[in-house]
Amino acid sequence: MDIERSEVIRVTSSEDVVRIRQLVREWAIRSGFNLVEQTKIVTGASEIARNTVNHGGGGTLLVEAVNNGSRRGIRLTFEDKGPGIADLELAMKDGYSTGGGLGLGLGGAKRLSNEFEISSRPGEGTRVRMTRWK
Amino acid sequence: MERIPILKMGEFLLVTIQVDMHDRLALALQDDLTQRIVDTSARGVLIDISALDVVDSFIGRTLGNIAAMSRILDAETVVVGMRPAVAITLVELGLPLHGVRTALDVEKGMGLLRKAVAGRRPGDGYRAQ
Ligand SMILES: Nc1ncnc2c1ncn2[C@@H]1O[C@H](COP(=O)(O)OP(=O)(O)OP(=O)(O)O)[C@@H](O)[C@H]1O
Ligand SMILES: [Mg+2]
Repeated sequence: MDIERSEVIRVTSSEDVVRIRQLVREWAIRSGFNLVEQTKIVTGASEIARNTVNHGGGGTLLVEAVNNGSRRGIRLTFEDKGPGIADLELAMKDGYSTGGGLGLGLGGAKRLSNEFEISSRPGEGTRVRMTRWK
Repeated sequence: MERIPILKMGEFLLVTIQVDMHDRLALALQDDLTQRIVDTSARGVLIDISALDVVDSFIGRTLGNIAAMSRILDAETVVVGMRPAVAITLVELGLPLHGVRTALDVEKGMGLLRKAVAGRRPGDGYRAQ
């Protein structure tokens, strides 16, 4: 897989979450995604960005325009060094929240992307990687 | 902190969301609207989200909370102007906004509010239809 372009931005405040929505929108437009696809990518990014801020204590987002030979895509990698998630299967379930949320962020972001990977270690942090292909 | 303006139009309150709201701004709108419903005895709230190109779970939940809270305060809420791409995405996200009345545009939303308020005796706490 080729990485055509990439950028790293910080994810520490709820203002950053808004900035990320705008930045990811620009990247999705530049990669030629249609309006519905852009909206799905941006919404998924917003969910994971908020988790990074609220649950992960802040972190970073790596945005990449990728190409697997036949298709172009956008890959988003969120990383934090927060408390991590002890039970990933449970955390992915719709309706599960430790923060009084709806518990839709992780499951929703997975549904809104084509590939979704999450890895986490309690005490070390969390990494979420989402890719959407055109 | 900046605030989303709330306009009073007769017995209704009108909110046009023109900026992409961060979470605290969305919460402030929820608080401000609740207070204004009480202060003005408003019978309805119309929220125009036609300028929003993204509604994620937090903003969606805020809209749901506003609708639920206004109902308790005997006012109806109608959300108007949701873009099709936003609606499609919300369903896939898993937040179909049950409990939030929607209309295509401000005019239809106003019609819905008037009908809902007219079909309800003051203070009985029930919705028309
Ligand atoms: N980066 C993270 N670091 C630590 N814990 C996390 C992280 N992301 C998610 N979690 C945990 O997984 C749970 C589920 O996350 P999810 O985004 O699905 O729901 P939520 O954030 O609680 O609510 P919502 O996103 O619907 O407002 C969270 O409540 C939290 O316990
Ligand atoms: Mg979340």
